[in-house]
Amino acid sequence: MKILVLAEINDGELAEDQTSKTVSAAATLGKVDVLCASNKCADASTKVAKMDNVENVLILEDDLFAQSLAESYSETLIHTISSYSHVFAPSSSFGKNVLPRIGGMLDLMVISDISKVISEDTFERPVYAGNAIQTVQSIDKIKLISVRTSNYSAVPLTGSASINKIDCKSKNTLTTFIENKIQTSDRPELTSAKVVVSGGRGVGSKENFEIIEGLADKLGAAVGASRAAVDSGFAPNDWQVGQTGKVVAPDLYVAVGISGAIQHLAGMKDSKVIVAINKDEEAPIFQVADFGLVDDLFKAVPEIEKKI
Amino acid sequence: MKILVPVKRVLDYNVKARVKADGSGIDLTNVKMSMNPFDEIALEEAIRIKEKGNAEEIIAVSIGVQQNQETLRTALAMGADRAILVVASDDVHNDIEPLTVANILTAITFKESPSLILCGKQAIDNDFNATAQMLSAKLNWSQATFASEIEVKKDVVRVTREVDGGLQTIEAKMPAVISVDLRLNEPRYASLPNIMKAKRKPLEEISPADLGVEMTQRLKIIKTKEPDSREAGLILENIDQLVEKIQENVGG
Ligand SMILES: Cc1cc2nc3c(=O)[nH]c(=O)nc-3n(C[C@H](O)[C@H](O)[C@H](O)COP(=O)(O)OP(=O)(O)OC[C@H]3O[C@@H](n4cnc5c(N)ncnc54)[C@H](O)[C@@H]3O)c2cc1C
Repeated sequence: MKILVLAEINDGELAEDQTSKTVSAAATLGKVDVLCASNKCADASTKVAKMDNVENVLILEDDLFAQSLAESYSETLIHTISSYSHVFAPSSSFGKNVLPRIGGMLDLMVISDISKVISEDTFERPVYAGNAIQTVQSIDKIKLISVRTSNYSAVPLTGSASINKIDCKSKNTLTTFIENKIQTSDRPELTSAKVVVSGGRGVGSKENFEIIEGLADKLGAAVGASRAAVDSGFAPNDWQVGQTGKVVAPDLYVAVGISGAIQHLAGMKDSKVIVAINKDEEAPIFQVADFGLVDDLFKAVPEIEKKI
Repeated sequence: MKILVPVKRVLDYNVKARVKADGSGIDLTNVKMSMNPFDEIALEEAIRIKEKGNAEEIIAVSIGVQQNQETLRTALAMGADRAILVVASDDVHNDIEPLTVANILTAITFKESPSLILCGKQAIDNDFNATAQMLSAKLNWSQATFASEIEVKKDVVRVTREVDGGLQTIEAKMPAVISVDLRLNEPRYASLPNIMKAKRKPLEEISPADLGVEMTQRLKIIKTKEPDSREAGLILENIDQLVEKIQENVGG
């Protein structure tokens, strides 16, 4: 058994939380190597080398990998991974984009979004928006696995792995990067925040969403949203929590003006404590909430913010 | 140009999935099945591209059981020109893996030579999010996943992708495989006259063997269970109690 983890690095910047939690999942099987492929790897590889259970950090540095375009990335990977039995990546937009492409190239199935490693070839993964958990056993010679990182904790930074450059040729004549519109924010990252405050359609407008953001800032929380809120333009797409958005499991999740559709619950029902504020006492969100308040959000949320 | 749109028949998104008591899977007998919502969005986009004069023909493909015919009739009623049904199973409970689906679609692509393949980004039943990427790899075509905006240019297609940090725009050389996200468009409903017309549109039925594709399964499903359920908690009397609960659980 030889395990490789694909570090997520965006334009030289390590997605530390996602990568560390993926290492944590992979390390249930043993020590791991981590591949850092990006345009600048120095900073990322230094951080990864400190992660517990990492044995070797492999560096693949080339401008081609700056945006992790699927073609550039997988072209290289198919050579690098041939000596491994397991390849883990976070189930982020990065992992979901590249891992199945590698699978297609090498005729390997991908085991998406696992929530648990049972053994070397057996894993659990949620299906049907988390309404069922399936145990699957793979017969592939190389197991390609993406990890639902919200199910794992980050590894401690007590390691000291060796760092080695590797050489691999790649090209990409198929796709060209044009631009990124990345939201920068001082708030904690949605997928790693300890507290998340989310707003739904009930919030009513982009301007009103400031109520949600105000409470979030008071709590040092990340801001999330339902699909309805994103579709209506109240909140940017990268705030969406749910089956097709981000999966979060903070210590505290506050759902405001969100009805609690299965697709939304799929992204937050593993939160430790769920608080719901909704004016409709029949709203399904109350069936999963630890604490509920039946009230108008426009009255309740500003008052809560003031009293905290 | 031709556009190929694979459409999957899945448990309707409004129906709660029920785990079978023997742990063998989800009960799909006598439940409402529909077109995977993401595939509906892919098909809608194909129709819009055609309406703008950028495509001549839309072919819808479905892989699964005989009843997937219904899904294809819906696709034809929405605006696909013809349909291909690949009967690959006689039991609806037998889900076909993305890798095999990609093999079947690769064979169909060689036959039909589309310039664009529009897929849903994931099927809402198995939630794999893999078919488009695998298909693109097998064809060695360009890949653009999670599209929220698609602009067909001459030899390239410009795609805005929904990524974790926000939005990313790339240009993909044609032919290309694109997987679509929720915000790309809102699918139309088929009108009654179009539903009638769809009955006369061609629907070809073939088997994986006709395409020379072997049915394989790399992941054995050992068991399916209910997730840990959450109990409904307390409905609080007033805001002060809620403030207290929030404070107890912040940083706790
Ligand atoms: C394929 C597919 C994928 C999907 N993926 C996702 C996903 O990833 N994430 C997601 O969230 N959804 C997803 N959805 C959509 C999901 O089905 C719901 O439509 C959506 O979650 C509803 O959002 P909402 O709760 O904000 O809106 P609504 O269901 O409209 O609920 C609004 C709530 O606000 C309350 N409200 C209104 N005004 C006030 C007020 N003044 N004070 C207090 N409460 C108020 C109402 O009582 C109501 O409960 C998906 C759907 C499909 C088909």
